[in-house]
Amino acid sequence: MPKIYVLSEKCFGCGLCAKSCPFSAITMTARPDKKLKLAVIDEMKCNFCGACLDACKKYQAIVIEKDDISVKTVDKSLYKNVWVYAEQRHGEISPVVFELLGKGRELADKLSVKLCAVLMGNKIESRAKDLIEHGADTVYLYDDEMLNEFQDDPYCELLSQLILEEKPEIILMGATNIGRSFASRVAAKIHTGLTADCTGLDIEPETRNLMQTRPAFGGNIMATILTKNHRPQMSTVRHKVFKKASKNPGRKGEIIKKKIDKTKIKNRTKFLQFVADVSQKVNLAEADIIVSGGRGLGKLEGFLLIEELAKSIGGAVGASRATVDAGWIAYSHQVGQTGRTVAPKLYIACGISGQIQHLVGMQSSDIIVAINKDPECPMMKLATYAIEGDLYQIIPEIVKELKK
Amino acid sequence: MDYFLTDEQKMIVELARKVAQEKIKPVRQEFDESGEFPWEIVKELSQADLMGLYIPQEYGGFGGGVIELCIAVEELCKVDGGIALSLAATALGTFPILLFGTDEQKKKYLPRIAKGEILAAFGLTEPESGSDAGATKTTAKKDGDFYILNGTKCFITNGGVAEVYVIIAMTDKSRGSRGASAFIVEKGTPGFSFGKKENKMGIRASATCELIFQDCKIPKTNLLGKEGAGFIVAMKTLDQSRPGVAAQALGIAAGALDEAVEYAKTRKQFDHPISSFQAIQHILANMATDVEAARALIYSVARAIDKGDKDVSGASAMCKLFASDVAMRVTTDAVQVFGGYGYMKEYPVEKMMRDAKITQIYEGTNQIQRNVIALDLIKKSAKKK
Amino acid sequence: MNIVVLIKQVPATTDVKIDEKTGTLKREGVEAQVNPFDLYAVEEAIRLKEKYTGKVIVLTMGPPQAEKALRECLAMGCDEAVLVSDREFAGSDTWATSYTLAQAIKKIGSYEIILCGKQAIDGDTAQVGPGVAEMLDIPHVAYVKKIEKIGDGKITVERMMEDGYDLIESPVPCLLTVVKEINNPRLPSLRGMMFSKKAEIKHFTAKTVEADKTKLGIAGSPTNVMKVFCPPARTGGERIAGEPSEQAAKIVIKLKEAKII
Repeated sequence: MPKIYVLSEKCFGCGLCAKSCPFSAITMTARPDKKLKLAVIDEMKCNFCGACLDACKKYQAIVIEKDDISVKTVDKSLYKNVWVYAEQRHGEISPVVFELLGKGRELADKLSVKLCAVLMGNKIESRAKDLIEHGADTVYLYDDEMLNEFQDDPYCELLSQLILEEKPEIILMGATNIGRSFASRVAAKIHTGLTADCTGLDIEPETRNLMQTRPAFGGNIMATILTKNHRPQMSTVRHKVFKKASKNPGRKGEIIKKKIDKTKIKNRTKFLQFVADVSQKVNLAEADIIVSGGRGLGKLEGFLLIEELAKSIGGAVGASRATVDAGWIAYSHQVGQTGRTVAPKLYIACGISGQIQHLVGMQSSDIIVAINKDPECPMMKLATYAIEGDLYQIIPEIVKELKK
Repeated sequence: MDYFLTDEQKMIVELARKVAQEKIKPVRQEFDESGEFPWEIVKELSQADLMGLYIPQEYGGFGGGVIELCIAVEELCKVDGGIALSLAATALGTFPILLFGTDEQKKKYLPRIAKGEILAAFGLTEPESGSDAGATKTTAKKDGDFYILNGTKCFITNGGVAEVYVIIAMTDKSRGSRGASAFIVEKGTPGFSFGKKENKMGIRASATCELIFQDCKIPKTNLLGKEGAGFIVAMKTLDQSRPGVAAQALGIAAGALDEAVEYAKTRKQFDHPISSFQAIQHILANMATDVEAARALIYSVARAIDKGDKDVSGASAMCKLFASDVAMRVTTDAVQVFGGYGYMKEYPVEKMMRDAKITQIYEGTNQIQRNVIALDLIKKSAKKK
Repeated sequence: MNIVVLIKQVPATTDVKIDEKTGTLKREGVEAQVNPFDLYAVEEAIRLKEKYTGKVIVLTMGPPQAEKALRECLAMGCDEAVLVSDREFAGSDTWATSYTLAQAIKKIGSYEIILCGKQAIDGDTAQVGPGVAEMLDIPHVAYVKKIEKIGDGKITVERMMEDGYDLIESPVPCLLTVVKEINNPRLPSLRGMMFSKKAEIKHFTAKTVEADKTKLGIAGSPTNVMKVFCPPARTGGERIAGEPSEQAAKIVIKLKEAKII
């Protein structure tokens, strides 16, 4: 176990470390002579993240001693190339993949390596070209009926095997249900680091490390995470965070068809059936405009107004948890910590006061418009445009205005 | 203030608060508007073991007493005074069985009540005999191994939703109040039907309706206590149950106080939160004092009852009288603190004020409570001499 | 049927405040709670027990205070609780956490189903469940919204996907991570609370679970936090005043200028 301590002779009691600690593990206490304060670290709370070391660069009063446990490190020079896992569902490449290709191309160019895509599925070969035209230099293709539907076992085994053979240094996957499920399994299997739900990716030039930035604690803090001693560096990436790669028709690349030795692939689960969601589809994550209603609607019928506005502005309908709990609208519309996280171009919050759990689900929207009676509520304070007043008067006016 | 509740009692408070906050609060407005009976909440209360709080363990209950019932009802009523009645009114219908039932009667009904599978109700009031219980018109005529019931009971809480009813009916009109008897009547007995559901001012989530008996034939084993003991059953039941109604009133008042304090802290006028104004502070101080006094009285009487004090008529009436007057006062003041917003249905205090009013009326109007208290006072004074 | 439920104690986020000066999370005095998504796993486990008999063992890795979270699960109806706690685990990332939990489950021994919430609300990674399954070398299905049937050593579940659901059959033992749609978690019962209060909680340490020290805590974690910072706070924008009709006209102009509409 690592140790952390404060060199009391170097500590000037400035308190910068305490402020920097995301775990509130540092408190400033009075010294016996009562002159300067002294930082005291609660080891039970400390996670050795090192934030305090950065804060105390000037005085260097905090020391972390890492353990001398000899952890096997890999020879990083053996690992090359940036990979994008080209997730497909029912033969369609998931939209996030093209965003990954855009970012992946940028990272590969910085590292002066190739960008490769891994495509798995059944009768999927025709899609490989699309990946190349969006920036992939090489596509590893697994085309087999065994891969017709996504199942964790075979997908995990094949990708893990390919990683061990080809040794990429970075693998990007979409933070979709499929991506998050089997990336976790792959990382566990090949013993490497996986960072979930990244919103920022960059290269640290000296080390070639991938700096993976992601929200934590419900978006209240951001953390930049490194996989220093393991390879490949794996990240899942949120949809709609990075720009889609532009298409370059006729772009050439290599397609490597991989054979599957079925006797060696274990597949314990059995796919029985896909049942499409036939209910009116609420794809909040894809929507560019979301109109959301909250407790301020006062009643179930309020959502008729929200729907009307959504329809006239071409957006989807969102909702706060309070309205879902009250049974005014289905859970699939819920935005926030226990609902969907969204980042549309425009988010119109009607009668939503903006509890933190809701804010973390939508605060990365480009433009936020708040309509609320209470000018002091968090949503109004954070909105790009805050409209104070009765939503039952304002929304019909906006609808009227839009129809002009 | 610390009332030194036992660990078990603290658990009851914690659990009731959880049910109230997580399950009742999100739906209270809806039920208040629709006036529907909150079956889903009854299920939650049953699953949490709260329906059997005051029922002995041998009959499948938790083995608590009046105090356990009171603290749970208080906690639930802080959020909604109507929904919690499914529990409180069932207690009112169960107490006569607990106090006067034979072992067989207890075995038949208590375990299912304790599990929350069925609700109970108590039927005393009639259209023409409210406070004047001696004027009861419902009759029970003995016919071999049966009694035949005829008459109408009104304003019966849990009416229609309860499976078990304890009914006071006259077996011998000539003997006046000594000619009344108590009976257990099950829902579904031929000749037993329900009248219209009342459209009420407050506690709208509770079911209130008429019970109609037309040649309703019940086995004589359903007689509760002795023939002619009906009013004793009723009086002893009410002695036990009044702290429960008082706890309902207390809960409503405490809930309104909480809302008022929170609101006063956030509402700004003249650039300051209104809680910084003495005019508001004094209102809040009076409300808090009232609530605490009611709580202290209810808890001590409930504990006395549980410890076996038999002479509780006066004190138990005082609980009900005091706490319900407090509830009316405190909720009215809460609306005042909220100002114009308090009058609007968007905020919870107007509902609390509507809910509070009934506590001054039912299970004996507060005028009747004063009669009970005075009578008790004079009786005791006479005994001293 | 033995069911193991993995839970995590997380800050009760309703109370999480951001220090306005420093932008860091004020965790002092913040109450802890069972990760809300895990409650669905606990509920599902109890329902399975009620239907098929067996016992539910709830397992968490965390500081000693996490005992409270375990007791909450016992009050809901779990039968046994295990706390895996050791300073050696400090700084564990999802890989080291998965490893530690997998070791603890091996120690528990026999189980048919492992249930987890889809993710924790503090880390939001959704990685530990599948990671544990891999390390135990058992299959897993993530995002389960319904358990259709169990029998003949097999379990059939509905896996929620963005466009509907997949029906998947898996042999047991297996690990499932569940989503909110699967059930409506119960509150504790009074009897459960009484049981929970007195129940003994088993404590596992790094030694009990026979862990390889190089795979624990910060040393065993492939990922390291390089820095933690506050996202640039959104500062309030413009207030749009006037009569409703004026406000409406102004906002529509703004949105047109921004080329949103």
